[in-house]
Amino acid sequence: MSAEVEWPLYEVFVRGKRGLNHVHVGSLHAADDAMAVRHARDVYTRRNEGVSIWVVRADAITASSPDEKDPLFDPSGDKVYRHPTFYEIPDNVPHM
Amino acid sequence: MTSEAVKESILEADFDAIVAAGDRVEPRDWMPEGYRKTLVRQIAQHAHSEIIGMQPEGNWITRAPSLRRKAILLAKVQDEAGHGLYLYSACETLGVSRDELTRLLIAGKQKYSSIFNYPTLSYADVGTIGWLVDGAAICNQVPLCRTSFGPYGRAMIRICKEESFHQRQGYELLMTMMRGTDEQRAMVQESVDRFWWPALMMFGPPDEESPNTAQSMAWGIKRNTNDDLRQRFVDMTVPQAEALGVTLPDPDLRWNDERGHHDFGQPDWDEFMQVVKGNGPCNAQRLVHRRRAHEDGAWVREAATAFAAKASA
Repeated sequence: MSAEVEWPLYEVFVRGKRGLNHVHVGSLHAADDAMAVRHARDVYTRRNEGVSIWVVRADAITASSPDEKDPLFDPSGDKVYRHPTFYEIPDNVPHM
Repeated sequence: MTSEAVKESILEADFDAIVAAGDRVEPRDWMPEGYRKTLVRQIAQHAHSEIIGMQPEGNWITRAPSLRRKAILLAKVQDEAGHGLYLYSACETLGVSRDELTRLLIAGKQKYSSIFNYPTLSYADVGTIGWLVDGAAICNQVPLCRTSFGPYGRAMIRICKEESFHQRQGYELLMTMMRGTDEQRAMVQESVDRFWWPALMMFGPPDEESPNTAQSMAWGIKRNTNDDLRQRFVDMTVPQAEALGVTLPDPDLRWNDERGHHDFGQPDWDEFMQVVKGNGPCNAQRLVHRRRAHEDGAWVREAATAFAAKASA
């Protein structure tokens, strides 16, 4: 038996119903894109969990690194003026 | 301290803070090597249990007593495969490959739950496994939905949603048999007699003999001790057995008003250790079957790989 090469890893995203975003649900292995969709259907949507599936090769995803967490996300922490609650509006002003 | 050691102690403090806050650790976060190893061992064992767990019930698919029962059993066994796949994919986020996990299972180097080394001798066993074995699994798994490692917890949530079907179909099967003939009722009782003690063993050895529990709880991997979960299972199951009309085979089983729990006897822990070591009734058969399925499937995997390579050329 020849040494087997593992099928590539795919990340799976499922749209739960119309009007919702596709959400990451897990991963699986498949030989190619078409097989990945079929496997995703069998593994992740056995009970009407979805109306649409996206699969993407895991090695095609670029992700932020946990090390960059502070430089990436901290700057938004002190910009409180980006939130509506920063502004004081009198109670008698309606619909705001 | 060297700067490397300083960096590591900062990372460790971050990790401890995440766990202490009941927050989730995600795959690319720094984690102690022991934490990673414990998770790989536990998730792999869990995944292997789902995959090996297809065999005892799969044994009855071709002999299901009706089309309805056959469809249910097929769906259930397919779910077990799915559960195995959710868990393998959670395990892979820790840096082990699927091939490696399969290889370790087939080589007998990673374990699976000892319960699946017991045979299924009658169709009542399909019901008993759903009721008691999946019932025990639910007790174990519900707290794991809050485990500290994100991918593991998310896989458990998915699994728990499906386990309820497993337990209910089993209980309904047994109820149907209990409404049947004396012979059918005897089959149910005989099956419960065989599975009760192995089901209690599913929670693992008593707390004082479970050396890893304290560390696993400190890391938030486990949320309850083995004995706590076993007690919870017994308390849940006793009224279900009464409603079904079967006797649980434990002369020491009785309600303790003072504790507010049932007292119950201990399983035969020597038998448990024997089964864990590979000497249970079906250990060899389960692994031979898994190895054969893997080897028989090699040509399919190779053909699909070759087709994909040709299509993308």
